[in-house]
This record gives sequence, structure tokens and C-alpha cells, in this order.
Amino acid sequence: MIKNVNELNALRDIKRQELKLRHGGKVSASQEGGRMQILVCGVAGCLSSGSLEVASGLENLIKENHLEDEVKLIKTGCMGLCVQGPLMVVYPDKVMYTKVKPEDVEEIYESHIKGGKPVERLMAAEADGKIIEDALANHSFYSKQMKIALKNCGQIDPYSIEEYIGCDGYQALAKVLGEMEPEDVVDTMKASNLRGRGGAGFPTGVKWSFAAAQQQRKKYVCCNADEGDPGAFMDRSVLEGDPHSVLEAMAIAGYAIGSDQGYIYVRAEYPVAVKTLAAAIEQAKEYGLLGENILGKGFNFDIEVRLGAGAFVCGEETALMTSIEGNRGEPRPRPPFPAVKGLFGQPTILNNVETYATIPRIILNGVDWFNSIGTEKSKGTKVFAVGGKIARTGLVEVPMGTTLREIVFDMCGGIPNGKAFKAAQTGGPSGGCIPASALDTPIDYDNLIALGSMMGSGGLIVMDEDTCMVDLARFFLDFTVDESCGKCVPCRLGTKRMHEILTKITEGRGTLEDIDKLEFLANNIKNAALCGLGQTAPNPVLSTLRYFRDEYVAHVVDKRCPAGVCKAIVRYKIDKDTCKKCGICKKHCPVGAIEGDRKTGFTINRDKCIKCGVCMEQCPFKSVLRNA
Amino acid sequence: MASNCKGCAEFEANKKALDEVIEKYKNTQGPLIPALHEAQQIYGYLPFEVQRQVAEGLDIPLAEVYGVVSFYTGFTTKPKGKYRINVCLGTACYVKGAESVLDKFKTVLGLNEGDCTEDRKFSLDACRCIGACGLAPAVMINDDVYGNVTPDNVELF
Repeated sequence: MIKNVNELNALRDIKRQELKLRHGGKVSASQEGGRMQILVCGVAGCLSSGSLEVASGLENLIKENHLEDEVKLIKTGCMGLCVQGPLMVVYPDKVMYTKVKPEDVEEIYESHIKGGKPVERLMAAEADGKIIEDALANHSFYSKQMKIALKNCGQIDPYSIEEYIGCDGYQALAKVLGEMEPEDVVDTMKASNLRGRGGAGFPTGVKWSFAAAQQQRKKYVCCNADEGDPGAFMDRSVLEGDPHSVLEAMAIAGYAIGSDQGYIYVRAEYPVAVKTLAAAIEQAKEYGLLGENILGKGFNFDIEVRLGAGAFVCGEETALMTSIEGNRGEPRPRPPFPAVKGLFGQPTILNNVETYATIPRIILNGVDWFNSIGTEKSKGTKVFAVGGKIARTGLVEVPMGTTLREIVFDMCGGIPNGKAFKAAQTGGPSGGCIPASALDTPIDYDNLIALGSMMGSGGLIVMDEDTCMVDLARFFLDFTVDESCGKCVPCRLGTKRMHEILTKITEGRGTLEDIDKLEFLANNIKNAALCGLGQTAPNPVLSTLRYFRDEYVAHVVDKRCPAGVCKAIVRYKIDKDTCKKCGICKKHCPVGAIEGDRKTGFTINRDKCIKCGVCMEQCPFKSVLRNA
Repeated sequence: MASNCKGCAEFEANKKALDEVIEKYKNTQGPLIPALHEAQQIYGYLPFEVQRQVAEGLDIPLAEVYGVVSFYTGFTTKPKGKYRINVCLGTACYVKGAESVLDKFKTVLGLNEGDCTEDRKFSLDACRCIGACGLAPAVMINDDVYGNVTPDNVELF
């Protein structure tokens, strides 16, 4: 139980000694944290790739050889480079290992842990095979990153509040409670120009000031951890890797607006995050950093976790509150805004996980520091979850204003298999596409809106020439139709009609008039829907129409899908001129649609063909043509 | 006779467990959704009887309880299999061909989305993004996530 700031500082100083190794500190045999610390990512992608077997293998070897005091093994949160997982970093050597398998453990133990010689074949390397030393700082995936929200992710044990305290954890809360009045905190947040990281980009400080101005005695602080945008997993990573940063920031928010109760609304689809959060809250209460009379300053704050139940619309703020109240998660009209009348009818602020994770750093490092990062109207950093057709999928945190080219090509290694970049999709089902022509636009809230997309929560899906933009728009509409709560007509009926038109076009039954109708509907839904879900649902259609109208026209007029995705209108053909009559296509066709023999050559029977594309994949001479 | 019937004993035990859950949440604000989550954990799904017990216990109209159960995809009124197979159809997985993975599961198991085999061994669902985009296409079986799944290795499961 930590009773005051002095005790917090004393604990921090002790833990700092142990953590020193990870920050390039000197090594001595008698050091608190042992002579070596091995960090293994134990969440998300690495977990699925088997990192726990690797960790337990190492743990056993350390125990068998009685090295527990010398070598520490720590399971951390996400280190970002998920595609290369399981990831492992060994300190003080700063050696990062990638794709570690349980059978590699013995070699790492013998060579590196015992012998002090890193295992080169497993060390993080660039695409050309060049081994990178201190990869977390120097590897091209990491070198341009700047970590604020993810600062502790992958660096500390998420189940240890003491490690968090050793990294200046809860110092921001101590500073706020000890040195600042609630209105100073609100002013600081305003001056920091921090904008909500959940998507819309509303200034956090302004939101807080509205709630602080309310006179009611009961107010609530909510955290939106209902990360529903397909393709975004940064909130999950923060919750699983550094949960205390969110708890600390929520307590700071509680102090600023005069609330003693927080709720975290988290997706039930994230069982690990839920478990980590519950453990963190438990620990924070045990240490007296949540609960009553925190740090002896007379401030009370408690946090409860509430599980979502699989409804995308609950990521919308009013729907989220309706859901916590125990109802169908339908949004409410605004005003009244939640800051005036929110959860259980009381003034409420709701911020996103990443926003909260940024706040302690702002309090500690100051607003000038924060304002020195980013672009004029978007300060700080943003985490992007990069996925899709990209060499290095993973999590990156970059200063606002970084270009898409830097993220996609410099950091994430570009498009695999020699394909061309076609577009990147941001903002999930609410966002739009950024075409190749905008690769060099600095990414911030306002530039993305101008491009017809939006920041969203930061999912960034990269698409290559094999992605059909009409089909992609249809995919997103399929999502919104399914997730529309049904409360307002424009969204409930409008998205359904749009989906029908898109399906018609992808099946080659569309007309040019349909494209106009689609645009008309889209603009109307945008203006008339009740909540953010409906208002942004047409964005995928509008932005693909803006940049890839020719693809729509190809589907409608030529009855052709340029990317070869829309099966109903794809045609395969064997090119007689280049065909070597080897018969491989015939052998692989699953439905026997390829006719002929090695003398006469081969043709595809269109009545039988199911357009699976296997013949094209298998042909060694690239003689099977699509859409020719 | 009831004591000799395995199903009945289980039913009684579950009913008692559910009563405890209801008791636990009776005095919290907004108790319905957490209570339903735990009820589903006990029974595996939320049949009508369970919904009625929750409604009566928490003094919430049954219509409202049903309204909530049917609104959220996380709640199900159909039983699920011992192995719950969830194919992620989030954007990253979709772009990388998750749909053909789902189709393959359908053929192999002879199931449609949302259904369960008769022996209650396997059930198949498509789900929203599970946040494993780095490993797309991903499949979740119970709470374990499998990455980089292709139609060819579906049968290995």
C-alpha cells in the first residue's frame, strides 16, 4: 500500500535500478535485476505464433541451471513487428530475435545466455538479410518511430505494477494531485492540443472542460476500448502491454472533471486484454493507486470493466453508454452531449484507449514538448496498425505528419511479391481509400479528411493491384448493413440499398445510372443518419468512386473486373500463342473445365469454369489470361 | 429419480449457479449485460428458459432481455460446439482471402455459418476482426488464435 508520494518515489527508485539494464545501464554482478533480462512478447500475434512455449522453454533451462537470480525472463506486451513473431529482446546486449521457435531455445541458451555470443541466424535483419544491432532503435521498421502511447509496450511486464512505477508510472497522477488544481489539469489538456485518437479527433481538453463545468455531484469517466474497426489493434496492444497507463490517465481525468467512478468498455473478443485489465485494476487498488484517498490527497477513484457483446455500433459514444446501462446499444441524438448528460444521465467524458495512454506523458513532459511534435493542427504521435498486402504487418507509432510512403515503404517494407501499391484504406468501415497519388501527403486528421478518408482509430490496410475497389466497397457496406443498429431510417434502409446496388455492379448487372444513384444515396445518408456509424458508412463508396471511378465503369460498361476479383464477370482464357501445351492447367482444374489434349492444346469450357483461378496460378508460362 | 439423471443434476447445478450470478449483479448499475455474459458462460448459450430466469431475477421485462440478447452478436440462442470455430472476416483477413478459408470449413464440416454439428463437437461462425491482423487470415478456435490459415491447411484442424 502506497500512502504518499514519497513512498511512490522510493518504490520507483528501487525498480529503476532493476530496469536500468533495459535502458543501457552498466552491468554488475550484484545488480538487482540480474546480469541479463530477456523480454519475450507474450500477447497478440506472438502469442498465436507460440511465444509462450518459447518463454517456458527458456524458463525451464534457467531454472534447471539455477540462474534465476542472474537471468530474468519477462513476458511483455506487443513489440510491434508482429509478422516476425515470436519476438524476443535480450538485454543488456539489445539483441532482438525474430521468429523464435521452441527448438531454437536450447541454442539461444547455450550460445547467448551462457556463452555471451548472440545467435546470428535469429537476429532481426533487414529484407536483404543484413543483421541489425539494437534493432529496436536501428531497424528500418523502428528507426522512424516515436513512441509515446506505446512507450512501455513490449518493454515492461504488463502484470507488474512495480515495473510500471519504475518507468515513472503514476508520477503524472502524483503531480496532478500534489501540484495542480483540477482546472489547471483541464487547461493543460487544452493547451496540449491533444485530439481524440478514436477517430473523430475532437480536442480532449475541450471535452473535459465541458464536463468539468457541470455542477452535478456524480460524474463518470469512461474509456472506449471497444476497438471495432476491422484491421485496428492498437488499443488491444496498449491494454495488453501497458494497462496501467490507461488507469492512471483515467484517474487524472477523474480529478480534472470531479468524478470518482470510471468505466472501461472493452470488447469481449479481447479475452487477454480483459484479463490484463482486471489484474491491473486489482493491483492498483492493492497499492492504493485506485480506491480511496489516493496518495493521501483525499481523492477517490474507482474503475470497473464492462464487456461489450459484439456490436460495432457500441464504439459510438452514446451507444456505448446505452450499452453500459444494460440496453440494446443504440445511439442517442445529441445534444444533450455526454459531457452534459451521459452515462446514467450524469455528465460523462469518454476517451479512447490510445488518447488515455498519451496523457501521462503530456503531464510529465509538458505541453511544449508535446506541441513540438506533429503538424500544425494535429499534435503528437499516432499509432497505426498496418496490415493487408504488406511485407511487415505490425504496429507503428509515428509523429503526425509522417507520409504514407514512409510508413508503407520505408518502415513496413512495401508490397510483397513484386506487386504494385494500389491504395491504403484508413478508418475502417467509416474511412476511405488513399490512392498512390497521395502517398506523399503528410498524414494528419485534416489531410485525411481532405482526401475523403479519415484517421479513424488508425487501422491501415494496404491493397495491391489484386484488390478490386468495387468489391472492397461492397465488403464494407456488407459490414455496415450487418452492424447498423436499425434505429434511424437513412442508415437502416439506405445502407441496404447501397449494398444491393454494389452487389449488382460486382455481378455485372449494373448500369451507369446505378453509379449516380449510389452517389446520391451516399450523400443523403451522410447528411441524415443519426450517429457516426451511419454518417460515415458511405465513405468507402464515396472515396472509391472518387479515385477509382474507372473501375466502377469497367464493371458496368465492359462487364469486366480489372483486378479479377468479382467472380461473376471474370473470364479466364488460355493464350494459344504462348501455351506450351503442357497440360498442367488441366491437371489442376478442380472441376474439369479445361478441355483438349497435349496435341491440340487446351481451352476453358466457360459453362463448367468456376473461376477459381487455379489454372492461372499453376501455369508455368503465364499463358492463362484473365479478362483478356 | 432426478438424482440419477446426469442431465437433471447438471440442470439443477446450472440453475443454482445462475441464481448466484443474478444475486451478484442485483444491486449494480446496468446489471443485464454482465449477467448475460456469465449466464452464457454457464450454459454455453442463452435458451429461452435462461433468459426468463434472468428477467425475473433482475426484475427486467423479458422482452427487454430478449431485445438485448438478439441485438448483440456475442449472445447466442443456439448451442455451440465443443470446438467453436470462428473465421475472422475483418478487413485485413478479407483482403488476404479469408472468405475461401470459410468456404473450405463449410465444405469440410458440412455446416453453414452459425450452425453446429449434430454431435455438438464443432460449430462454425464468421466473426468480426479479432485484432490478429498481423497474422491474417486468422481463425480462432475457442480462445486460441491460429494465423496465416489457407484453404489447404483447413483440413489439418
